[in-house]
Amino acid sequence: MTTTGPRTPAAADPTTADLLDRVQSLLASHPPAEVDRLDFLRARFDAGLAWVGYPVGLGGLGIPRELQAVVDAALAAAGAPDNSPRSIGIGLGMAAPTILAHGSDEQKQRWLRPLWTGEEVWCQLFSEPGAGSDLAALGTRAVRDGDEWVVNGQKVWTSMAHEARWGILVTRTDPDVPKHAGMTYFGCDMHVPGVDVRPLRQATGEAEFNEVFLTDVRLPDTDRIGEVGNGWRVATGTLMNERVAIGGQSAPREGGMLGMVTSVWRERPELRTPGLHSELMEQWVRAEASRITGERLRQQMAAGTPGPEGSAAKLMFSELNQRLSGLLLELLGEQGLAYDDWTMRRPKEVHFHGNRPGYSYLRAKGNSIEGGTTEILLNIVAERVLGLPGEMRVDKDVPWKDLPR
Amino acid sequence: MTGFPSLLHSDDEQQLRETVRRQLAARADWSSVLRRVEADDPYDADTWRTLAAQTGAAGLPVPEELGGAGASWRETAVVAEELGRSLAVVPFLGSAVLATAALLHAGESELLPQVAGGERTAVLAVPLSTWPGSSFPTSVSVEGDALTGRVTSVGDAGAADVLLVPAIGPDGPSLWAVEAFEVTPRTSLDMTRPLGDVTLSGSSGRRVAEGAAAEAALQHALMVGAGILASEQLGLAEQCLETTIAYLKERYQFGRPLGSYQALKHRLASLWVEVTRARATARYAAGCLATQDPDTAVAVAVAAAICSDVAVLAAEECVQLHGGLGFTWEHPAHLWLKRAKADQIALGTPDRHRAALADLVDLPLGAG
Repeated sequence: MTTTGPRTPAAADPTTADLLDRVQSLLASHPPAEVDRLDFLRARFDAGLAWVGYPVGLGGLGIPRELQAVVDAALAAAGAPDNSPRSIGIGLGMAAPTILAHGSDEQKQRWLRPLWTGEEVWCQLFSEPGAGSDLAALGTRAVRDGDEWVVNGQKVWTSMAHEARWGILVTRTDPDVPKHAGMTYFGCDMHVPGVDVRPLRQATGEAEFNEVFLTDVRLPDTDRIGEVGNGWRVATGTLMNERVAIGGQSAPREGGMLGMVTSVWRERPELRTPGLHSELMEQWVRAEASRITGERLRQQMAAGTPGPEGSAAKLMFSELNQRLSGLLLELLGEQGLAYDDWTMRRPKEVHFHGNRPGYSYLRAKGNSIEGGTTEILLNIVAERVLGLPGEMRVDKDVPWKDLPR
Repeated sequence: MTGFPSLLHSDDEQQLRETVRRQLAARADWSSVLRRVEADDPYDADTWRTLAAQTGAAGLPVPEELGGAGASWRETAVVAEELGRSLAVVPFLGSAVLATAALLHAGESELLPQVAGGERTAVLAVPLSTWPGSSFPTSVSVEGDALTGRVTSVGDAGAADVLLVPAIGPDGPSLWAVEAFEVTPRTSLDMTRPLGDVTLSGSSGRRVAEGAAAEAALQHALMVGAGILASEQLGLAEQCLETTIAYLKERYQFGRPLGSYQALKHRLASLWVEVTRARATARYAAGCLATQDPDTAVAVAVAAAICSDVAVLAAEECVQLHGGLGFTWEHPAHLWLKRAKADQIALGTPDRHRAALADLVDLPLGAG
């Protein structure tokens, strides 16, 4: 198998042909109609067809990740089950790349297969009540005790914690050095004693997220990911994957929130006013321009020259989603006064653009906060893209324990 | 890709950009542009001849057999971007874009080779504020082959050897090439794109198109013009952003570079997001124009609406963030501001383009 050089899926490509052979032999040995879903997913992982860009033996074939589309299309056409990627996004998008980049061989063998099949759901134990944008200020303490670490602290905004078997956890292991230096990263078993998951109810009325209280939680040193004191570097890699995951979405013309507004506009002429028409067309243009920007970003990535435009994508998305969802409520008038349900619930999946206008408006408020606030992203653009000077830092050379809080 | 043209520059396009940028930097930096616009004859004929000879800029989309470069509107857009950065006073928009598009669409082959080679400058005689979709102008009437009337605010009129004049006669609309005309210069908001009022007093002309073909040629020219202007606006916005970033890195107040203040960093970062969005729309419009994509009308309206406002925003930010310096005559910010504001009005305001879009994508204001 050739593994060098950029490749794009094409019927005549020997790699593509080889890949389709592998798909056929998986389908032959494990006919989807006859075998159990989980058995099929495990066999798919073992055949290297889970994520072809991953190494051989870890669910992949060590070939360019773009070729995954060939596998996914062929398996979908054969009616094979998938691993419900929407409901295990944190594991696939954040935990897995981190484990691959920084984990030991034993950890990769132990964690990646059940992560990919969805047998073991992962969550992210990063933010704390006292450490949001300033994640490196976090104070959840991990103290070494022989072959174990004892963890105490509180994490917040943890989606899926109530379903999760594992969490990626960043802790403070050395309070006597400046904040970025004294952190250590773990895979945290969510089923051990001392892990207490409580729902965190949000403005929409439901609880997508959790607070996680960690009280004398004992983690084996073998579940540490990366070196002691190297947690910030590991966590930074995880967060880069988060931004890629959020900013990489593509949509057809009038997709997403805009589509909800335009369909109401077309179906309900009695709601139209000149002012709303101006606002609609202004947002239509901005949404379409953002869509084309996303396409340009994809072309850059396909050409192997990703630009800094990715940083713009999330800023555009959150602003548009907020303006459009607000416009929709105003357009709906009386109907916009209603809300469907304030009952405390735990949604399995989050749909920003479902048919719930009030919910969409409220949920969109989170878009400019989650995954890096708009203000932090603007700092990043200003400093890393435009090359402007960094913020004045008062916490750089101060031991973590001496920082004001 | 799902039917999208490439939104990236090819190696050839990149090379063209570098050649044009080099030429303009050497011949038309902003201080020489400023000196020129205060002189009696603002047009920089030498630079225009050099650009035409070295890059084919006078006739990029014109086929080689008609004396052009045999390229497309994509390459034209590359040159427009660079001219937006430099503001060199050359009749590119009037001749190489508007008149060329009209002549190409009309199937004209006598005048086009001369225009494409840069030997003669042709200018489409409509007010620069005319927008795609506007009704056929009635300010000039024709009887036999004699044209009479007055067209105000014509962009690049002062550089014209030949005018392409839309006129109304007993048989309806037609398009004429006219060589005898009088131009009264106007004092223009944008000093780098002079306007003139054109008077025709029974001038004889040569008919280039008539009836529906004349209307279609004019509409095509306005559409192409608005689409290419978006690239000029993009170039201007990029120039303003880059100049402002550089200034905020070197200007110190209160013992810190201005660029270290978060209030200013966020403004520039937000502007960068807008410019990023503008770039994608301008490239998409140029790509659609080059292949006559069925989505061209939407692509042009989106690009025109976005890039017009982004150029104005970038120029206004450039003035404000340069402080007192940005308000002086001796800094280029005012030249960019004037061009940006005039460009916002030229070939359709953003609101005109959004109104056109409302029809194109079936989002009417009325009950339909």
